[in-house]
Formats: sequence, C-alpha cells, structure tokens
Amino acid sequence: MTRIESVAHQLAEVLKRSKADYIEARLEESQSSYISYRGRELESIGRQTASGGNVRALVKGGWGFVSFNSLDDLPGRVELAVAQAHLAGKEVSHLAPVAPVTDRVLTDQNPVAIPLAQKKQLLDEYNDIIWRTPRLQTSIIGYGDGRKKVIFLNSAGSFIEQERADVTLRLTAVATEGNQVQQVGLSLGSRGDFNAIQGIHRQVEEMARNAVGLLVAPQIKGGEYTVVLDPVLAGVFVHEAFGHLSEADFVYENDRLREVMTLGKKFGSNELNIIDGAAVPGLRGSYKYDDEGTPATKTYLIREGKLVGRLHSRETAARMKEKPTGNARAINYRYPPIVRMTNTYIEPRSASFGDILSDIKEGVYAKNWYGGVTSMEMFTFSAGEAYMIRNGKLAEMVRPVVLTGNVFTTLHNIDAIGNDLDMNEGGGCGKAEQSPLPVSNGSPHIRIRHCLVGGR
Amino acid sequence: MEEVLSLAKKVAEEAEVYTVTSEETPVRFETNRLKHIQSKQSRSVALRIVRQGKLGYAVTTAADAGQELVDMAVETAQFGMPARFEFPASTSYPGVKVYDPAVESVLIEDMVGLGEALIESVRKHTPELICEAGVRKTVASVSIVNSRGGQAHYKESSFSLGLEGSLINGTDMLFVGEEESSCHPLTSPEAVAGVVTWQLEMAKNRAPVSSAVLPVVFTPRGVASALVLPLMAAFNGKTVLEGASPVGSRLGQAVFDKKLRLWDDPTIDYRPSSRPCDDEGVASQRTLLIEEGRVAHFFYDLQTAAMANTRSTGNGSRSRGGLPAPSATAFIIAPGNTTFDEMVADMKEGLVIEQLMGAEQGNILGGDFSGNVLLGYKVENGRIIGRVKDTMVSGNVYQVLKEILAIGSEARWVGSFLQTPPLYCPGLSVAAKG
Repeated sequence: MTRIESVAHQLAEVLKRSKADYIEARLEESQSSYISYRGRELESIGRQTASGGNVRALVKGGWGFVSFNSLDDLPGRVELAVAQAHLAGKEVSHLAPVAPVTDRVLTDQNPVAIPLAQKKQLLDEYNDIIWRTPRLQTSIIGYGDGRKKVIFLNSAGSFIEQERADVTLRLTAVATEGNQVQQVGLSLGSRGDFNAIQGIHRQVEEMARNAVGLLVAPQIKGGEYTVVLDPVLAGVFVHEAFGHLSEADFVYENDRLREVMTLGKKFGSNELNIIDGAAVPGLRGSYKYDDEGTPATKTYLIREGKLVGRLHSRETAARMKEKPTGNARAINYRYPPIVRMTNTYIEPRSASFGDILSDIKEGVYAKNWYGGVTSMEMFTFSAGEAYMIRNGKLAEMVRPVVLTGNVFTTLHNIDAIGNDLDMNEGGGCGKAEQSPLPVSNGSPHIRIRHCLVGGR
Repeated sequence: MEEVLSLAKKVAEEAEVYTVTSEETPVRFETNRLKHIQSKQSRSVALRIVRQGKLGYAVTTAADAGQELVDMAVETAQFGMPARFEFPASTSYPGVKVYDPAVESVLIEDMVGLGEALIESVRKHTPELICEAGVRKTVASVSIVNSRGGQAHYKESSFSLGLEGSLINGTDMLFVGEEESSCHPLTSPEAVAGVVTWQLEMAKNRAPVSSAVLPVVFTPRGVASALVLPLMAAFNGKTVLEGASPVGSRLGQAVFDKKLRLWDDPTIDYRPSSRPCDDEGVASQRTLLIEEGRVAHFFYDLQTAAMANTRSTGNGSRSRGGLPAPSATAFIIAPGNTTFDEMVADMKEGLVIEQLMGAEQGNILGGDFSGNVLLGYKVENGRIIGRVKDTMVSGNVYQVLKEILAIGSEARWVGSFLQTPPLYCPGLSVAAKG
C-alpha cells in the first residue's frame, strides 16, 4: 500500500464524522518528465514528483476547499474546509445524487519509465528533419509525460482509485527572412502511449516546409468568406465556439443565459450533431469517473441541430434539474473540480472533401491549430495554415488566418459536414486558472458560410 | 535544503537548491454571491546540478525526498545542456520591499466584505450585471542556496481584487472587468469599481462600424491584450540569441516611435511582480529596453547571458516548476503628456480598444496580431458614442509602434505585469461584419 492509500483509509473515517452537507477528499501522487529544445540543442530536461491532496466541503450552498502537499494533520484540514464552508454558505446545498462507488481503475502505461535516452533519440530525429529544411531559422520542441494515481473519497462512502498516464508533444518550426518571421506547429498526444508520437517523420518534414512557404505567402484581405475547416481546426472550433457554452456552470445561475440555452432550441442544420463524452474510450479526455466520483457518460449536446444536452457537475445538474454527466474535472489536487469538456466532436456525415469544395467560387481553406478562445457569444480561433479556394479547388497558400464570429449565427452557417472524422489529441484546455487539462476534440471537414476573417 | 545541497555536492561539481513555500487564500464570488473560500498550502524543492559540466534538474513537493531528488537530477544531467555559467556567490541584495505582514492578518470576513462592497458598487450602476469576483491573499517564502556560498531568502506578500461582469440580453453579451493588486492589503473597492462602471457607461449603446483603416486608442488593458506579448517575446534574450527576434540585430537602432520608452522593473517597492533577486539569485535591476524608440537592451538569465557574452539582467524565472529561463517581470511604458480625453477628442472617426480577444494567437514572433474586439468603443467627432461588436482589428506591433500619434499621461497597472498609459495609433485595419 502506498502512502496515499493508507492515508485515504484513515481519512474515510474522518469524513464520515464531519459536520457538512457533503464532504470529499482527493489524494494524488504523480511523476512526470519533460524535454524541451529551442534551436539545435536540447534546452532543458527535468524530472518531477509530487504528492498532495485536498478536502472540499459543502455547507448551505457554500464551498470550503483546502489543498496541501504535506499529508500530516489531515483531520485539521478537514476541520478548516468545513469551517470555511460554514462561512461561505448562506442558502441551501444542491447536489444531484450519485450512487457511492468503490472501484479501482488501473493502467499499465507508464511513459515516465521509458529511458530518457530513448525519448531524446526520437526528438533528435525530429529536430534533425526540421534543421535540414533550407531557410529554417530555428525549432521549438516540447515533450512531456506523466503518470498519476488519484484516490477520491467522499462522505457518502465512495472510494475510487484511478490511475492515468499522459504523453504530449508539440513541435514548432520557425522560418525567417529579413524582418519576416513565420512559424508552423504540430501537436500530438495520447493517454500514455509513447508509440502515438513515434513515426511522424513525414509530418514533421511537411511542417518545416510549410513554415518556409509562409515567408512568401501573401496576407489575405480581411472580410467575410466561405471557409472550409480541416478536422483539426473544426475540432478547435467546436470546442471553443460551442463546447464552452455547454458547460453548465456558466449557465445554471444566470437566468438570461439559461433562456439563450433552452433545451430544444435550434442551433444549426438538421445535419449537425455535437457530442462530448469521457466514456468515448481511449482518448486523452477519457476516464471512468470524474473528480466528483460520477461515472463518465457520452452526452449529445446538439442532435439534428437542436440543443439537447449540456455538461454538468453534481451541483449544476441539481440546480438545473438535469442528470449529472460526469464532467467535473480538476487539473490536479491544488484545484476544486469544475465543469469541463472531455472528448468533444462533430459527428461525421456523408460529404467528401471534394464535395465540400466543389461549389466555392472564392473561399478560404483553414488548416491546423494555433489557438482558440471564447467569450461565450464570440469566439476567435487561429489556423496554423491557410489556402485560398478558387472555383472549387485549393489554390495558393496564404498567411495563417484568425477566424472570428458569433457562436449563435456561425453554427447555423455550417452548411456541409464531411465524412472524415479525425480526433486531435494534442490540445489542452484552460479555464479558471486550470490549464492545460487533457482533452481531445475533432470533426470531419466542415464548411461555414459568411465567416469573418481578420487580415489587411 | 542544506541537506539536499550536501547530498548533491557528493555527486555533482555544483548545485543549487530553490525552495518556495506559499499559503494562498482565495475567496470567490459567483453570480454576485459568495461561493468558495479556499486555502492552498504548497511547497516545492527544486534541485539544479552541474555534473560533468552538464545541467541536471529535478523538482519535488515531498519534504523528505532528498536522495530521490538527487538521483533524478543526476539522471537528467546525462543529457542536459552544458552549463555555461557559475552560480552567483552573492549573499546580499538590494532592499526591494515586497512583504507587508498586514496581508497575513487580513481576516477572511474582511475579504468577503471587500468583495461584496465591490459587487454592490458596480451593480448600483447596472443592477442586471452578473458578477464573478475574487479577493485573494498570498504569502510566500523563497530560499535559494548554492554550492558557491550564494544565499537568498525573502518573504513576499500579495493581495488582489478583481471583477468580471457580464450583461446578457438575448444572445447579445457584454463583458467588462478590471483587477488591482499590491503587496499591501487592499481596503477599498473604489479603483476597480471606477474602471468597471466607466466601461459599462461607455458600452451602454451599440455603435455601427464598417470595414476601414481607422485610428485607434489602446487603453492600458488594450495595450496588454494586443501589443505587449510580442514585445515580451522579442526582447527576451533567448529569442534574440536564436535569431528569431525581429529586434535582435537592431541594438541601438530606431525601430519604434521616438516617444516610446520601455523598461523592465522588478525593483518597485510593494509590487507583486517585484523581488530582491531573480529565481537563480541574481540581484534585481531595472533594465531599459527601448530608449527614445531605439532598441536599448534585452533581458537575460545566467545561462542565456553567458551564451550571448553578456551579463544576466536578473530575469531568470521559473514557471511551472521548470528550469530558470529569461522572463519579463513588469514592463513599464513611460507616460507622455496627452490625456485620454484629448486623444478621443482628436479623432473624427476611430476606435478605443479595451480588450482584443485572440490577439495573442497570431504570429507572436513576427508581431502580427488579429483579434475580435471583445470590449471597445466607437468614436465619432471626438466623442465615444457606444460599443462596437462583430469587429476584428488586425495589425503588426512593429508597424503600430513605429508611428504613435500620442502617448497618454495617465499610466495604470494591468495585472502585475504591465504599467502603461493609453497609446494613440494612427491607422489599424478594422474588419466589421455586415
């Protein structure tokens, strides 16, 4: 039995005796390693171990939360969390019922144990490819892996031990000429499987060539275009433009937003289905139980264009009289769980890529991910690469574009959905200081009419 | 930490132990009501070694993991970068004041009261506003010891107050917000409430805008969201060393408008971004980066400075428990002599930008930015007439800052990383929907 396991068993007794409407604890042990390159040489390499935990208490609708590294004096920390909750709570506690569970979810994956020499060898190969490309100025590579064990227990008697592992790789090629600087990136990830980042030599080569290509690419004129998004960028779009809006913690106490997000409301065409679910297996956002001990589900957010569901914690589900969906997640023991996405995607339909392009006279094909952010109503996301579409065919490369729009009109403007669903595992999501949380998102190719593109 | 240091010295030529312990108390309000009271205690110990000339690094949260920490650092040192520097032997530092014991003794009840007063004050202006607010106090101790006898120990305190408000009308949403921080306890909500109510007042009406090239006034928040990140990347000694900085080869040259003066300053008393020394024990200093539009210097940590044949500017910072790397502490842009009102009065047609969403996603190194105006106002005939929406503003930082019409006289802190006045720029590309 490891240290946190024995501590957890003692803590279970303390939780049962405490004076709160509800109380839970999470204890965590983790190991991780990282390697980064800036330029030709390895820049930093490091190893990390961490252990810690937290106690969260609910009293009359107010939450107390205490996090710590030292596992000493846990009864004192429980007492502090309860006292804080008493101070914060002035109303009534609401928590959707979840049956207590005792379970162990283990993994064999341990990327941290793979020798650093082997990891470095692979990254050296990729870096060599980037540096062989003429006119390339520099490269940036960030590799990270981790493995952790989390024990969750609560006052209802749940005791869940879960292990998970994670691998991420981000490569960037930077090309310069005079005062011009251009870059193209590539992000990959997996639930701890190191093989997922091996053998991508050809993609790395293409990335480096594209960075150089951008130096001579013209900048697009700003304005409205018909835009086709590749699966990677469409995945970012669905995450940013709609996913965050589906997180019930934005909505549950906000009457005006609840009106906007009434179930049954039409958001897009009959072809549009959007799903989020940690129960979709094998992806970076997958798990069996969330950080409140609620079993994972697969949730339709939009079905045939209509809003049919949203993402919940136990509290938001109770307040909205809906079912918990198992979307309460915390990035680590230093934070309380909040409503988050897991694996978010647009379901594929029948159109081929060629069909989608065929009737566009002038448009933009936006590819690859650079970033995305949302204010609920408005979203902005950036392509890593972009091409003009002329007379139904891909034409010249242009500078990467930033796309923006109003969520509510843009979803209606999706008028073609492809048949080629692909999930991107290289992303991380940030919300309320908790970043980057492992998620995946994906889509087939989609076409959006009247999309606002920034430019000169 | 002395124990970790002596264990490390047995296997390595040089070693440094960096320990930080902190206690943070955030109080959070959601939907205008008190929702969370938290207490976060944390500690971490980072060991950096030089073994056979190469750097090794490991971090742990455990109090008793000395040998494990040394073993991990030794493992990484096989592949680490050659160390080009020596740990500093300094034991005394400039007297930068960053700790006020009064922060520790602020009662949670008083923090709750401050948050409530802030929310009440802005809702007096706009009762339908839905507010998320936070009051936070933090006290931390930092210790650095190294094998050359260098030692630094200091305590720091910080206190912050912030509010984000949203106003929703059907699918039309308005977001406003401001925050304030100090090493002293904050006792009044006035400054934050004043900015937020001004934003609400300016955004009361919707104003039309069409695609054009327009003059723009960036407020301090606008400067932070659109212009500063590219500069922080470009003046980073590491970017310069790699040859990826557009200003890297232009030391002494006039790259920006003559009116522009910018420096990095971790030595201002009682600012949360200040510190007596950086995260590798190099004394803090004020580093002039742009002088009368000319590129004056770049900022460095020990390793990067050694590789660039210069001295560390005391900008070695550790983020997320990583190795020290050059990082800006607080950028300060010197104020000019034009008031904000004079700038607005000067525009026949133009925009005031408070927040550009997504501007940081562009080609940061090249200076290109393009963002959705999350909060911004239309100016017509010298007056703000209302808020703009569905509008994108694009430009290049180097072009924008080459010709500045005026630099404001009223400088303000944005978070703890930037103090700037408003900047008035002659022409940016504005793309509007419809």
